[in-house]
Amino acid sequence: MKVEAKLLLGLGLFFGLMCAVYWNWSLENAGGVMMFAGMLLGFLPGAYFYWWSRRMPVRPEDDPYATQAQGAGVVGSFPGTSIWPFVLGMGAFFVVLALVFGIWFLVPGLALVTWAALGGTAEGRRGGHV
Amino acid sequence: MTDVLQPPITIAGDDQPQGHDEHHGPTGILKWMTTTDHKIIGLSYTVTSVLMLVIGGLFAEIIRFQLTAPNNSLVSLAQYNELFTMHGSVMIYLFAGPFAFGGLANIIVPIQIGAPDMAFPRLNALSYWLYLTGAITMLAGFFTAGGAANFGWVAYAPLSNSINTPGTGADLWIGGLLLTGFSAIFTGVNLTATIFYLRAPGMTMFRMPIFTWNMLVTGILILLAFPVLTAGLVMLYCDRHFGTHIFSVSGGGVPVLWQHIFWFWGHPEVYILALPFFGMATEIIPVFSRKPVFGYKGMVFATLSIAALSLGVWAHHMFTTGVVLLPFFSIMSLLIAVPTGIKIFNWIGTMWRGQIWFSTAMLMAIGFVVTFLIGGLTGIYLASPPLDFFTHDTYFVVAHFHSVVMALVLGGMGGLYYWGPKITGYLLNERLGKIQFWFLFLGTQVFTFPQYLLGLRGMPRRVPIYPHDPEWKMLNEWSTVGAVMIGISTIVFVVNVGVSWKKHPAGDNPWDGHTLEWFTTSPPPHHNFYRLPQIRSERPTWDYHHPEHRSLGHGTHADEMHSLVGDGFEGHTS
Amino acid sequence: MRRLVALPLAAIVLSGCTVPNFGANKGATTTSRSVFHLWQGFSIGAVVIGAFVCLLILYAVLRYRRTGDDIPKQTQYHIPLEMTYTVVPILIVFGLFAATLVVENKEVANPKTNVNIDVNAFQWGWKFSYPGSSVVVVGQTTQSPTMVIPVNTDVHINLTSTDVIHGFYVKAFNFSRFALPGVVNQFTFRAVNTGTYFGQCTQLCGLYHSLMYFQVKVVTTSEYAAWLAAHQNSSASQASQTATKQQTSAHVPAKYTPSSGAN
Repeated sequence: MKVEAKLLLGLGLFFGLMCAVYWNWSLENAGGVMMFAGMLLGFLPGAYFYWWSRRMPVRPEDDPYATQAQGAGVVGSFPGTSIWPFVLGMGAFFVVLALVFGIWFLVPGLALVTWAALGGTAEGRRGGHV
Repeated sequence: MTDVLQPPITIAGDDQPQGHDEHHGPTGILKWMTTTDHKIIGLSYTVTSVLMLVIGGLFAEIIRFQLTAPNNSLVSLAQYNELFTMHGSVMIYLFAGPFAFGGLANIIVPIQIGAPDMAFPRLNALSYWLYLTGAITMLAGFFTAGGAANFGWVAYAPLSNSINTPGTGADLWIGGLLLTGFSAIFTGVNLTATIFYLRAPGMTMFRMPIFTWNMLVTGILILLAFPVLTAGLVMLYCDRHFGTHIFSVSGGGVPVLWQHIFWFWGHPEVYILALPFFGMATEIIPVFSRKPVFGYKGMVFATLSIAALSLGVWAHHMFTTGVVLLPFFSIMSLLIAVPTGIKIFNWIGTMWRGQIWFSTAMLMAIGFVVTFLIGGLTGIYLASPPLDFFTHDTYFVVAHFHSVVMALVLGGMGGLYYWGPKITGYLLNERLGKIQFWFLFLGTQVFTFPQYLLGLRGMPRRVPIYPHDPEWKMLNEWSTVGAVMIGISTIVFVVNVGVSWKKHPAGDNPWDGHTLEWFTTSPPPHHNFYRLPQIRSERPTWDYHHPEHRSLGHGTHADEMHSLVGDGFEGHTS
Repeated sequence: MRRLVALPLAAIVLSGCTVPNFGANKGATTTSRSVFHLWQGFSIGAVVIGAFVCLLILYAVLRYRRTGDDIPKQTQYHIPLEMTYTVVPILIVFGLFAATLVVENKEVANPKTNVNIDVNAFQWGWKFSYPGSSVVVVGQTTQSPTMVIPVNTDVHINLTSTDVIHGFYVKAFNFSRFALPGVVNQFTFRAVNTGTYFGQCTQLCGLYHSLMYFQVKVVTTSEYAAWLAAHQNSSASQASQTATKQQTSAHVPAKYTPSSGAN
């Protein structure tokens, strides 16, 4: 976790420095704000990783001498097949078509999105099949 | 103590569900629609994006044929504007990015770090559906009454507002980009989370293959950049339809704001496109030189500094607007040459004193390095504001970025020849591959060099007709010859895929590879691995097959490196 | 390696006669010549570095072809070498940046001058007005309006656009600048040769972008004064060209030789 934290914090720090130099020099706001946001995107997850890296034992993937046996067991819950991403994707497609061709495309679009949200959640609770 | 590497053990414990390889899920088209397997999604991405390459390439050929004569009438002015807009959009948004981070990275990254799948498999599937529908939406513009979007792939305001570009084609372009933008963001989330959380035991950050490193940095860059584009597109849509005046002078808006937003996404996007292909070359060159990648850590830091600097260079696309801070963007852009140079020297250092096998993949990778060198050197000119004033929006810039992106095509083709056997289980034909390489490589140079000269002679971009000048005509004709050669190379590739279809089984490790994907079967089983080797360096498969040939550090660092690859200090596993 | 850094700087000092052109031209203004010399300096650097790297690649590729099944020495690091190819490019970059700043400061300088021209770009043509007189030149697409300026005099341009973004580009001046709506871009140049130079819009501005031509005619100071006086009261006829729209035609007149007398 330490390397991940340092990586993100380092990027955040660099963006922060660049932001300070740029904003003070150019007095141009759009770029300054975007660079500031870039800095936050480094710092927020970086701080989270850093906080955890000091509070959790070394993970096998961070241990240079770990054996494969240490990684045995359930890695995580991975769903097998699922139709819901497709349904959600088609819903998003219709929502975007509503932006172009008319508001009535929102009806099937939002219906599909809602259906996918319900279906996907229910599938997640069941655990799906691997 | 002599037996450094433990024999591989099964990854699945007793408590993990078994029998993935005989998958009981649906088959046929329903399998394609419901899959969450990163390999199948990645393959769908790859096939779709290569299709986009062909479509975008056809647009390019029409553009090139239009330009063979000064006052040609192959297409009308309006059609020409649509063609180059969609050529750029298809190649940038729908081919180069999705091919790399949706296609090959999706398939290879989890296997390279010993993960069973991406971190969020259903999100991964959603990414693909958004990408596919986005591509359909964008290309659907050609079937509307007003034609496709015609304001260039950069959609500069106020040309892109509803007064100057009415019609559904432009809205479809925005909608398609919203969808593919979200698809990219989801893939970025997925790659970052996978690499942070799903590495195999012993696969520390500084043992990850360079391709995985580059994809991690790409993922972070996607998260930094793409939301900005999406926000910009929403603003543009509001300007077009809801009467806001964010980018229009008449209502107190600022047109240049669009350029700031667009390029704040656009320049990191250049590296989002380039870094995966750097990674592919960095995988291919060491394997076919039978050496570890030279300067592994330098390579990682070069990648990180490219990413860091890429956020501070966006306005070098806007030097000629006259409203940006020239020195800041100039020095930042020039500095990117340094890490890029480090990478090029590291690639040469990897080949140095190696045993180079000129397979098609290796040829493509070397072609990538050379072409990228040309694109990189001409990029240095453009980082200098006076020289940018001189060449901006002329064919010099067109030639510069086509050198770069054609280098990426070479690298991507290398990636396909290198990993294709792993993905499909069958080798591609090497003879056809080499024919393809020479057409692609030489075609690229014949295509771009006349364009550099055209730019210096003052030919602007995005013009279907140009003043009568025999020299311009001659240079344009040569460029078209190059474009035809590139087209032939694509045909050779398609033929090669057909000819080699299920002909020559590849085996698990056809190239004597270094990284974990060469340890599993071709194609890998469901959830990727039956067993894993001990990971004691960034080349676990190589260490397993050649335990006596571990990587050596420089001089005094040899001892340190020795312990890094591990002497079996089992006691240290706390 | 220090010579590599010095070369671009030296090239600015040196005249262009001894160094190859690398595809560019000296141009017709004082700044275009500085840009040209900067171009030569960058090109020397690019050619030297490019050739060096290509030769390294070529040598590696030819010398280290696979000969047998041996496994070469697995060298992974050479710290001094890596430091060298990090530090040397940084030095080169700062050299290039210094040279850039010199030329850039020349280009953005705005010395006071009596010759001011307001350039207004629109879809799809140009309007050149001469403040202090009533002279206005307007022309659309292939009408190719002509901007007349005096030689050896600083000419100050106020560039803006009425609709979308256009690009004011005169090849012989080695210079381009966007015409932005709502912004007045200012720049100054001093032509050193008389002649007629070809100009064109470089930034995509819609359907007839490719036909948005203009010309810059550099004349002697006395000719300029005479031209200005002669057109003082006939500017109405110039402006009337606006009425003759030629937007239906995609035809380019036969003779549009880009640039002339630039060398």
